[in-house]
Amino acid sequence: MDADYAIEMLHITKRFPGIVANDDITLQLRRGEIHALLGENGAGKSTLMSVLFGLYQAEEGVIKKDGREVVIRDPNDANALGIGMVHQHFKLVECFSVLDNIILGVEPTKNGFLQKDEARRKVVELSDKYGLQVDPDALIEDITVGMQQRTEILKMLYRDNEILIFDEPTAVLTPQEIDELMKIMKNLAAEGKSILFISHKLAEIMAVADRCTVLRKGKYIGTVETKDSSPEELSAMMVGRSVSFHVEKKPAEPGEVVLDVEHMSVASRAHKKDAVHDVSFQVRRGEIVCIAGIDGNGQSEFVYGLTGLEPLREGKIVLAGRDVSHAPIRERSTHGMSHIPEDRHKHGLVLDYTLEDNLVLQRYFEPEFTNGAGFLRRDRIRAYAERLIDEYDVRSGQGPITAARAMSGGNQQKAIIAREVDKDPDLLVAVQPTRGLDVGAIEFVHRKLVEQRDAGKAVLLISLELDEVMDVPDRILVMYEGEIVGELDPKTTTQEELGLYMAGAKRDGVSV
Amino acid sequence: MKEKKNLFKSNAVQSLIASLLCIVLGLLLGYIVLLFINPAGAGEAIMAVVKNFWTYSKQTAQIKNFGNTLVKTAPLLMCALSVLFAYKVGLFNIGAAGQYVVGSCACLYAALAWHWSWLPCMLLAILAGAVYGALVGLLKAYCNVNEVISGIMLNWIGLYAANMLLANVKEATSPYTMHLTGAASAAILPSLGMEKLFSGNKYVTIAIPLSIVIAVVILIVLDKTKLGYELRATGNNKNAAKYAGMAEKRNIILTLVIAGALAALGGAFLYLTNYEQWSVTQSSVPGMGFNGIAAAFLGGLNPIGTIFASYFIQHITVGGAYVDKTMYSSQISDLISSLIIYLCGFTLFIKYAVNTGIARREEKARQKTPQASGEEGGDK
Repeated sequence: MDADYAIEMLHITKRFPGIVANDDITLQLRRGEIHALLGENGAGKSTLMSVLFGLYQAEEGVIKKDGREVVIRDPNDANALGIGMVHQHFKLVECFSVLDNIILGVEPTKNGFLQKDEARRKVVELSDKYGLQVDPDALIEDITVGMQQRTEILKMLYRDNEILIFDEPTAVLTPQEIDELMKIMKNLAAEGKSILFISHKLAEIMAVADRCTVLRKGKYIGTVETKDSSPEELSAMMVGRSVSFHVEKKPAEPGEVVLDVEHMSVASRAHKKDAVHDVSFQVRRGEIVCIAGIDGNGQSEFVYGLTGLEPLREGKIVLAGRDVSHAPIRERSTHGMSHIPEDRHKHGLVLDYTLEDNLVLQRYFEPEFTNGAGFLRRDRIRAYAERLIDEYDVRSGQGPITAARAMSGGNQQKAIIAREVDKDPDLLVAVQPTRGLDVGAIEFVHRKLVEQRDAGKAVLLISLELDEVMDVPDRILVMYEGEIVGELDPKTTTQEELGLYMAGAKRDGVSV
Repeated sequence: MKEKKNLFKSNAVQSLIASLLCIVLGLLLGYIVLLFINPAGAGEAIMAVVKNFWTYSKQTAQIKNFGNTLVKTAPLLMCALSVLFAYKVGLFNIGAAGQYVVGSCACLYAALAWHWSWLPCMLLAILAGAVYGALVGLLKAYCNVNEVISGIMLNWIGLYAANMLLANVKEATSPYTMHLTGAASAAILPSLGMEKLFSGNKYVTIAIPLSIVIAVVILIVLDKTKLGYELRATGNNKNAAKYAGMAEKRNIILTLVIAGALAALGGAFLYLTNYEQWSVTQSSVPGMGFNGIAAAFLGGLNPIGTIFASYFIQHITVGGAYVDKTMYSSQISDLISSLIIYLCGFTLFIKYAVNTGIARREEKARQKTPQASGEEGGDK
């Protein structure tokens, strides 16, 4: 009688040392439906999927396929049951063709020789049936991210998977590609496939999903029909309180120019072309300028060049009237540049250092914290750390002496923001400052950026999140393949227009 | 939620327990090997290793031989500090062995060929080691050559260069360098009357207290100074160090210069006591630098712990010489002490095992009290 469920996970509990990752979670996926799994980072979505794939064994609870109880010990068991997944980071062999990637692991052979013709026929058939356009002979490294994703989907279909899991599939796509993916997902569902759609983007869930299950802090909150629900209700379920989506801010009052970038180029480490090519723009006091773009279009290299982590190949950077084009990192930092880095574990923190030592990472050498003989002034470092912890509400187990490693991602980010903002910079460079943070922490970060703007600082935001790009800045610059291809006003532009620029389909004639 | 403080959670206590466990395991393993070779004398042999100078019945002889063990502890401690210092900055200074060799060579040559007094000899050794360390540092910083590879190669280059150079100052009839006598006796480190405390053991010199002072200085530099803060940050996360504007290339070179100087000073601390002479026909790099690696880990990578670890390793190495040679071949002492030293390398592993053991037990305890779970933990 439960036969209308393709897969059921009933009362799943999975514990790790110190944390209950999944606490009595029930997820029932109907045949032919698109079912969204919603939750913040750390809510337990990944753990639940790992249990379904046999990567973890649940301590309690059962999994049923077509109403029959099954045991999934490893991913092979999951495959045998027809469960397939498109991972957030694709699992493709770059130098293989699309077709080779699709048949990888289930190659049709005869006497030890590959039989690709038959495979090709099946792939073409599937791609026609579901509208998944791919070129079977193109190499993965040459095709767009969207086509790579379609290759991943075809991989699942080729294996006759009935249950398809999409793990945050839209993170790497342009708005146009997202629309196309939504259509594909609906097609698949209409053909009888059951889809589990993991996301924390409410708009997409409302647009495509039939039902939505919400997790929070490892607990099952509920399952709702999306047509009877609203983004506000879903977000309240996800966060546990209502959240404002819009960043409150006054109109900008730009002042003098703080950052002037002229014809800047940065060489690429991966290939011969420049990663950043001939970029010029200015940022003034009292405004937030956002560099938008799809991941991997030169934003990281641009920031490395700007902050001094990589040398410039060409061009000039003027910071508050001072030419810092070839200045060392320390000089840029002590002359008005603060940098909230993209990767807080790689650059932002020394994870094995205590919180207080991390809070003085940019200032430990100042006479305030080091005496003439080269000894650290431990008492002052402690007092300084305590003040920042208090002002920025950085929460940790043992206060200033907590190891940075033991803190949650949101509080690590707060610590970095406290450190960089308290330096009282002229220019604050914030690179994906909300990456991996939950809704509450995102609100905090956005508020701080606007506060800095209102205090007369220049703020340069580099972001991949469309909502952030539309909401936070006063001006948007779009970066595509290492160049600035357009300037947009967030008040007048639309996500569609932004998407066209981001995908390289549209560009302004003049550089900004 | 207040938890009962677990004594085993303290880092220092964990290091101590891990080190002691290693020692016990090493001795046990050594005993088993002895049992296999000749069960009759095994118990006595392992006791000889542990007893070292207590083998002697007379107290004066005991103290005198205790002094000998200390004489050999000072150079090992310096090598261990060299390894430890570099390790804190994320570098594995296996080149300590070679730096020890060039330090020994420089001070011996200055003493025997030029009749320098002990202080300039010592300073020359430091200089030689610093330059030798800088070579590894420069290669690492500017050419990205792994410090282990260049360190090992320089160990051999150092050994044969030392053999070649010291052949000029060796005794006519033996492969050993001349004793520090006559004009060269000015190069012997002063003892400041300490020999009287050790039943007239004239090899006991300022090298011993000096090495302990240096260990304390290293501890202070690493923990309390701006330099230490920078160096440890570079070692823990060199990307973050670069991001914060630290001169990581300079830090790498500086670290290896200091590490090289420390190991080379170890060489001076042994050869300027006249306790041993250099054999110019030796064809393997002296083990002092390599044992320094074991001593650094056995000491829990703490300069103070390293003092005790260095002493222990020399204690069993010297003690190995007292094993009954009629029952066991003469190599047995080296075998037993190297087994124990080998086990010492497992200190970090045992610490890890202790840690996970505690975590698992706490997890079980928590599951028994269900209401305690839920609100803790979080994403990273």
